[in-house]
Amino acid sequence: MSLALPAHRTWKKPPAIKRAWLRWTLIVGAAIYLSLALGTTHVNWSRVWEGLPRGMQFVTAFLPPDFTSRWTEIVEGIAETLWMTVAATVVGIALSVPVGIGAARNIAPLPVYYFCRSVLAVSRSFQEIILAIFFVKLFGFGPFAGFVTLSFATIGFYGKLLAEDIEDMDPSQAEAVRATGAGWLQWLNYGVQPQVMPRMIGLGLYRLDINFRESAVVGIVGGGGIGATLDTAFNRYEFDSAAAIILIIIAIVMAVEYSSGYLRRWVQ
Amino acid sequence: MLRIKGLTKRYRTGDLALKGIDIEVPDGQVMALIGPSGAGKSTVIRCINRLVEPTAGTITLNDTEIVGLRSGELRRMRRRMGMIFQEYALVERLSVMENVLSGRLGYVGFWQSFMRKFPQSDIDEAFRLLARVGLDHMADKRADELSGGQRQRVGICRALIQNPELLLVDEPTASLDPKTSRQIMRLIKELCGERKLAAIINIHDVMLAQMFAERIVGLKLGEIVYDGPPDKLTPAVLTQIYGEEDWASTIRKADDDAEPVDEIAPATPAETPVIERARLAGLT
Amino acid sequence: MSGAIVTSKKVWQRHDRKTQLAVWAAWLFGTAVFVYCFQLISERTIWAFVWDAPAQAADLGARMVPPAWSYIHYLWRPIWDTLNIATLGTIISIVIAVPIAYCAARNTTPSVAFVRPVALFIIVASRSINSLIWALMLVTIVGPGVFAGIIAIGLRSIGFVAKLLYEAIEEIDESQVEAVRSTGASAAQTTVYGIVPQVMPAFAGITVFRWDINIRESTVLGLVGAGGIGLELNAAITQLYWTQVSLMLLVIIGTVILSEWVSAKVRHAII
Ligand SMILES: Nc1ncnc2c1ncn2[C@@H]1O[C@H](COP(=O)(O)OP(=O)(O)OP(=O)(O)O)[C@@H](O)[C@H]1O
Ligand SMILES: [Mg+2]
Repeated sequence: MSLALPAHRTWKKPPAIKRAWLRWTLIVGAAIYLSLALGTTHVNWSRVWEGLPRGMQFVTAFLPPDFTSRWTEIVEGIAETLWMTVAATVVGIALSVPVGIGAARNIAPLPVYYFCRSVLAVSRSFQEIILAIFFVKLFGFGPFAGFVTLSFATIGFYGKLLAEDIEDMDPSQAEAVRATGAGWLQWLNYGVQPQVMPRMIGLGLYRLDINFRESAVVGIVGGGGIGATLDTAFNRYEFDSAAAIILIIIAIVMAVEYSSGYLRRWVQ
Repeated sequence: MLRIKGLTKRYRTGDLALKGIDIEVPDGQVMALIGPSGAGKSTVIRCINRLVEPTAGTITLNDTEIVGLRSGELRRMRRRMGMIFQEYALVERLSVMENVLSGRLGYVGFWQSFMRKFPQSDIDEAFRLLARVGLDHMADKRADELSGGQRQRVGICRALIQNPELLLVDEPTASLDPKTSRQIMRLIKELCGERKLAAIINIHDVMLAQMFAERIVGLKLGEIVYDGPPDKLTPAVLTQIYGEEDWASTIRKADDDAEPVDEIAPATPAETPVIERARLAGLT
Repeated sequence: MSGAIVTSKKVWQRHDRKTQLAVWAAWLFGTAVFVYCFQLISERTIWAFVWDAPAQAADLGARMVPPAWSYIHYLWRPIWDTLNIATLGTIISIVIAVPIAYCAARNTTPSVAFVRPVALFIIVASRSINSLIWALMLVTIVGPGVFAGIIAIGLRSIGFVAKLLYEAIEEIDESQVEAVRSTGASAAQTTVYGIVPQVMPAFAGITVFRWDINIRESTVLGLVGAGGIGLELNAAITQLYWTQVSLMLLVIIGTVILSEWVSAKVRHAII
């Protein structure tokens, strides 16, 4: 067929970024950044080389891991971690309910709103570990510091999601309850709570899961729990005990994740 | 020439979708496959392309046996058959041109296709086909920006650029409005005529089937219950295929054949393709 | 629904008695568990320290102001390192996570019986170990420094990226893939033309999201010796230079907010 078209129309895939200058700026910028980043990253290759046998030792320590020689410490560490997780999740959620309600624009007065929002912002911008360092300074070594850390971190996570959930709720349902002449607390209980409850229970279980993972590390900076045991094992180069601890952590994380998924389905 | 003998398909779930059917489609014949939902129409088409594995039977296309081909041979076989799908099945985040060119994947190597460096002859052919269906000005649009009728035409181009010996068409019009449906069916029919292509078209719309197919095969519960010309499709036959219903208004009357005025892409090119294109673009 | 609860309380109570009982039992059980846990924690706590904490905190706060602004000149390098740890670690994790995701997705895995479980195990293992623990291990193996941090971030991110990516792969529209396959395309071509375009947006989103998280995480890796600003923070804390500490905290907040902004922008541009 001879349509009145040029005999050979070439075709090239049009570039993803249409503006040529932007495309080239991005490409050149990325290249410069990468070469600078790689160029300024000092790797002590001889040290890495030296460490490789130790790395192999560590890998072989997994077969078989040594559960027995540090068993009592491990059990104690795990138990401490679990108490910390449970207590911190409960307290954190309990505290985040008023904060979350206060941070919901549609039901809180403005000063309360700003105050609660800033509490949430502070709690969310610091890593758990940084918080843990300070709480360890304040409360001394041990699980209490870890417990406070995780509770505080939970407030940031849970309070923010609760506030967003309340802001997204259906106002007509809440109004219907208010129209019955309910008081403020009654109104919260009947008009707001039923709407946000199912999702919040699910998120609470999810946070339990996160808190367990995090509690395994607050121990490294002195917050008690299995992290402390693990840190000791590494410092003594007891790789087979460390391997055992890591396997236990993986197993518990999987169990918690699985059972919280199951519980979430059961609750909803 | 496509020869299907004793084609049987039992799905892993236990459904016996096809019960040993025999069909022969000579070159250049446009055949419509009709039948109620679940009759096994899609299964026939997908068995021919080996997207599903036949349980028993033989399928030969121009003397090549399709059943039992190993992967490399199967790829070469598949590129001889163009397929057109009900929901278009375009890769939505690729451009129109890339979708059309993907019809050539069986012919080019991996790196060539990865770098989008197709031979110039493929690109020429792609533009020619797109112009033929009135979409060459949309080559760099993303497929998900097109209307249903436009997408189906891109799908047709993708099938035709394979330079196939057989077209397998699965409910090409099921997601289109009545007018676009006719345009698409007419386009398929014309293209088959131009290229002497055999085609199997699964279709639910009996009237469309009668209008555009030379032969109709009726399938019911995995068995062929009718095989003959369109005008022999009487209410009795339809009752046999679909069950009891008042069929009088469904069957095409002789004078219903009048061509609509705003006709799609004539087979002979117009002198002024620019105007032609604009007009076509307005259609869908 | 809520209206019904208020107006017809009796019906509702009788109707729900069994569930109600279960809910109360759950509450009772939960409270008991909590009290028990708290008791155990409290046994190991020196409460004198805790009661003293507010005074301590006030004291600490007072020592932290004003931040030692001039010290910022010593921080540029650690900030740069932190950024590199996050970025290079993310890149490494992507390179490894993509094939793992491909093996873990039900519709692309070469073998459901053998390859998929292995891929899933790698994902779980990588995800359950915090990057700080990875860093702890790597510091003993390859020595302290940025390198350990990069690898730690990389290893931790593999599971995250691979998990989200394989879920995205499992959600693609199979008919588009089939259409490409029906043209006679090879397996590799089908992947590139049928699967990659469909998961690309999800992939870009996941990457940026993880990069943002990695910036946060890389600020603390230095605490175990894996480079970045955490190293300085640790040193300042152990030497009780509180004005430097407060400066670093401000810098960390700034970096985190900036990275959040960048990732939000990029994600917006992609979607
Ligand atoms: N992937 C599959 N697995 C199991 N059974 C299937 C599968 N695909 C189709 N079937 C069964 O095979 C039979 C024929 O299905 P097929 O899709 O070929 O029908 P069809 O004639 O194309 O129907 P429709 O007009 O609705 O598209 C049906 O009973 C269906 O349930
Ligand atoms: Mg079908």
